[in-house]
Amino acid sequence: MEDKVEVVKPVKQMKASTIGILLTAPFILYILTFFILPLFSIISMSTQTIDDNYMLVPIRGLHNFATAFNSENLPILLRSALYAACTTCLCVFLGYPLAWFIARHSGKYKIFMLLMVMLPFWTSYLIRIFAWMTILQSEGILNQCLITLGLISQPIDMLNTPFSVILGLTYGFLPFATLPIYNSLDKLDNSILEAAADLGATPSTTFFKIILPMSMPGVTAGSLLTFVPAMGDFVTPDILGGVDTMMVGNLIQQQYLAFFNWPLGAALSLIIMSIMLISILAFLKISNSAELLA
Amino acid sequence: MSVPRPNNKRPAWILYLHVVCVYLFLYAPIIVLVLFSFNTDRRNATWQGFTFNWYYQLFCDENVLRALGNSLKVGLTSTVIATFLGTLAAIGLSKYQFKFSRLAGSLAYLPLVVPEIVMGISILTLFLSLGIKLSLMTIILAHIAFCISYVVVIVRTALAGLDKSLEEAAADLGANRWETFRYVIFPQILPGIVSGALLCFTLSFDDFVIAFFNAGVGSGTLPMAIHSMLKFGITPEINAISTIMLAVNIIMIIIVKYLNAKDR
Repeated sequence: MEDKVEVVKPVKQMKASTIGILLTAPFILYILTFFILPLFSIISMSTQTIDDNYMLVPIRGLHNFATAFNSENLPILLRSALYAACTTCLCVFLGYPLAWFIARHSGKYKIFMLLMVMLPFWTSYLIRIFAWMTILQSEGILNQCLITLGLISQPIDMLNTPFSVILGLTYGFLPFATLPIYNSLDKLDNSILEAAADLGATPSTTFFKIILPMSMPGVTAGSLLTFVPAMGDFVTPDILGGVDTMMVGNLIQQQYLAFFNWPLGAALSLIIMSIMLISILAFLKISNSAELLA
Repeated sequence: MSVPRPNNKRPAWILYLHVVCVYLFLYAPIIVLVLFSFNTDRRNATWQGFTFNWYYQLFCDENVLRALGNSLKVGLTSTVIATFLGTLAAIGLSKYQFKFSRLAGSLAYLPLVVPEIVMGISILTLFLSLGIKLSLMTIILAHIAFCISYVVVIVRTALAGLDKSLEEAAADLGANRWETFRYVIFPQILPGIVSGALLCFTLSFDDFVIAFFNAGVGSGTLPMAIHSMLKFGITPEINAISTIMLAVNIIMIIIVKYLNAKDR
């Protein structure tokens, strides 16, 4: 493209690469200042500590990281990972059949059904989680239904429990899990399934030997897109959870805004970041080997 | 789970049931939320009768109005700046190759992979380290940082779909670079730019986490107002604000979908 422009007007015009750099420079500078620099500033923050007067003082070594993994904070990190893992399993379990239906059986409603999966994603997460708060509260609609049905006699306290937090996370991240699975199932070639049937494979054999392995890249991508944000989530445990269901996001918020221990908060943020990076690298490795197998 | 038949027979009833339940799971909470914003019962528990009272009360609530004002200021300012800078960058990246342009392009995907809380905390840490006082301005700076990338990605997609022969024809007819851009490229990518801007506004208007960490005293946005209200208990006013915000979101999405459909 650029060659052609150069050929037409070779003399007066600025070099294409100069224009490119000039147009892109403000964006690059902005991202460097407000995205990359902040990441370095949490790294540098994590190498300091606060003294008794809440002043920042530099320290040597990995003091904050040791604190992040001490007996007080480690359970919170492990709990975050556990909740995120439960959320991921639930999302895949709910999302896979849904993705299958949309990819294979939705006919002319395909776009509409996909849009309906995506729509909640474009609305405020805070509001959607608040909606669950009204439903799960002890006077809420769910307790009333259960009482009317005679399943329980007293309202159950469903808020501030692992149940409410995992439910909220699953609700929030279900579209993230469904769409990649849908993408991989949509690409699946019908003739392979027909061949399997012709060769006498039972439906369950076809599923476990062909469909599931071939949709694995979608399942791993969906799991990653669920696990990473669920682990670092702050809104759901804050609204639907309590002290016993605190997750690492709440811990970071507490360190920054309540205890003014910014260095520890920064160290915890770096831990989430590294878990995210490791997951993405692992995912890239898995998806490469999956392509080799296929 | 239903096991698929190769020749696309009707799926098992259990699959239908599953799909219906998942959509119910996705939409029932939103429907309940909206319904209860019109309910006369203060406790948000049982349906008592229809009212607009909670909406009326919102417009008398100074805190809510101030938060709405802040949200609009933040949303509009960051949308204008992010859309402008993002569009320039998208054109620079798509139309003019330069050294490191691929690396610069991949910068745009950063906000999509960095967890929200890390983004909020890291920008806060930068402001704290530099001794910058938190205010409405700091929220705007933080919002531009994530909005700009979405604009770059969307406008680049719009640019990628352009018919190259039109530009060549313009050049053959003697249009210079600016004229080609102004009369050929820009009108074609305008729907993409508008979609990017609407998306920016939606993201900024909905954002809670990043604003929560970077807001100064008195610069709380609407989601922050909702958050502090629900800490004092669930009231139908919160349902009413939420319903308004949902309506804004859905209108934006419909416009974006419409623009994209026309684009294709």
